[in-house]
Amino acid sequence: MTIEVKNIVKKFGDFAALDTVSLKVGDGELLALLGPSGSGKTTLLRIIAGLDWPEAGEVTIDGEDALGRGASERHVGFVFQHYALFRHMTVFENVAFGLRVQPRAIRKDEKAIRARVKELLDLVQLDWLSDRYPSQLSGGQRQRIALARALAIEPRILLLDEPFGALDAKVRKELRQWLRSLHQEIHVTSIFVTHDQEEALEVANRVVVMDKGRIEQIGTPGEVYDNPATAFVHGFIGESIVLPVDVSDGAVRLGGRPLNVAANGAAPGASKLFVRRHDMQIGPAGSGSLEGAVRHVRSFGPIQRAEVALADSEGKTVIEIDAPRDRELQAGEIISLEPRRYRIFAAHE
Amino acid sequence: MSTAVARRSTLPGFGLTMGLTLTWLSVIVLIPLAGLFLKTFELSFDQFWGIVTSRRTLSALKISFGLSFAAACVNLVMGTVIVWALVRYRFPGRRLFDAIVDIPFALPTAVAGVALTQLFAQKGWLGAPLAELGIKVAFTPIGIFLAMVFIGIPFVVRTVQPVLIDLDPEIEEAAASLGADRWHTVFRVILPSLIPALLTGFALAFARAVGEYGSVIFIAGNLPNVSEIAPLLIVIRLSEFRYADATAIAVVMLLASFIIIFAVNRLQRWAQTRIPTH
Repeated sequence: MTIEVKNIVKKFGDFAALDTVSLKVGDGELLALLGPSGSGKTTLLRIIAGLDWPEAGEVTIDGEDALGRGASERHVGFVFQHYALFRHMTVFENVAFGLRVQPRAIRKDEKAIRARVKELLDLVQLDWLSDRYPSQLSGGQRQRIALARALAIEPRILLLDEPFGALDAKVRKELRQWLRSLHQEIHVTSIFVTHDQEEALEVANRVVVMDKGRIEQIGTPGEVYDNPATAFVHGFIGESIVLPVDVSDGAVRLGGRPLNVAANGAAPGASKLFVRRHDMQIGPAGSGSLEGAVRHVRSFGPIQRAEVALADSEGKTVIEIDAPRDRELQAGEIISLEPRRYRIFAAHE
Repeated sequence: MSTAVARRSTLPGFGLTMGLTLTWLSVIVLIPLAGLFLKTFELSFDQFWGIVTSRRTLSALKISFGLSFAAACVNLVMGTVIVWALVRYRFPGRRLFDAIVDIPFALPTAVAGVALTQLFAQKGWLGAPLAELGIKVAFTPIGIFLAMVFIGIPFVVRTVQPVLIDLDPEIEEAAASLGADRWHTVFRVILPSLIPALLTGFALAFARAVGEYGSVIFIAGNLPNVSEIAPLLIVIRLSEFRYADATAIAVVMLLASFIIIFAVNRLQRWAQTRIPTH
């Protein structure tokens, strides 16, 4: 099933939660809406689900207008951050709920409902919990039950709002991989909201990066990481070193001193140079366009992380770089730095 | 196996608080009630049985418990509706209505009784139109029922209100996204979550109605066998210096109330275990 969102505007009072947002989701995709809190990602998800209504715009699910229908008529599975399981029902009854409230004409008989619930509990590998109450389950188990419950109605699309947000790091990691493989198995078009970039990059096949009610970039995890479209995306995804630079006549200067990087068509004026921590080439003093004193080195695993005070700015600018451990850095050492890969964005962005 | 009492505990003060609890409950509740029971022993069992099974006593008990039960049922339904409106919607005057709910708590019961009687008397604002329809409220069992509804309503509202406020709106959204219409959402999701609180509110409203005296006697008419409540019969016996008779009726009321409240409590406990609060 495809989803199309066109020019959605949603305001809470004076605050524009969504500012003309458009998005297309293809059949069978697993899409992540990624952004900081307040970026509008959950609002967009809720509008698609029919739990919120926009001031303007269109939402179509499989070509059909969705805004004219309420949540209960959209046939959309929704998974909440805090599970929202029915506390007075057993796990079994929770999963069966969507089947039991169907209109009489299409409602399955008891035997078929039982079979379907069993099948779903097997799918989430929790059939042994069917007689328990939600309060007797761990967070990870509750979320899997919530997912089984949402899938029971064979939804056209599956929407997950920060599904792993309330879980601890280890369980979150397990569930991520599990969700990915589950999606491969059932292949229902899915959108999940997260503020965790690692989660988005690891699980989704496309990532939508949002900020302040706007979509900053849509792309595969590789694209948004390697080719961030805006300064925001560069800063939000992955660790970045940001240096204030000045672009003029095709040259890039840091504190008046030209850097050995090409402006690549960046507009003249005050700009920001973004470099990934691991994209700084380290050399002996005097061999690169940036120079600095190593202040502190921490080594772990395959990398060493060094804090370097740049010489150009009288030691005021301190950056953190990741370097391979082929050459151990020493505190106090003067090194040169050269950005291998970088992006330049106008400073006001 | 040593008991929890003997062991060191992370919650100190058990001895002190338990001692105070027992002393206080004894002085305030248990000793007076024991006195009540002792007083009835001035009667032989046959005398006791004769008093409690006399027509007048049985009628009074039937009126008291029957109407209290009916009033509590009405309060349960109407109280739930009021709670729903107060919690779920924002409307002008909401706080005022919220405060009005407490009036039956605060108003001296006699004042309530007089007010209701005036209102529903044959020439009262509501009594007159009702009389034209042939419905007589004041000085009939309907009047008693009305007074009992009046004094019981805050108990249901105030016990259910915090629970409904705490009810996560997401569970309703979850129900909707699973295809449930409003009917299913309310009757399968919301109300079941409120059952323990509803039962508590019901029990409190019922207990209050059974024990109510002040407001009821003004509106009741107090005809023996027709509109005479058990507490009034007790007062009458006391004024006749038939103390043992009065205590005999009181003991029956006490036991009946205790059994009913206990049953409701068990029911509530059972519902609570089905809906554990996290």
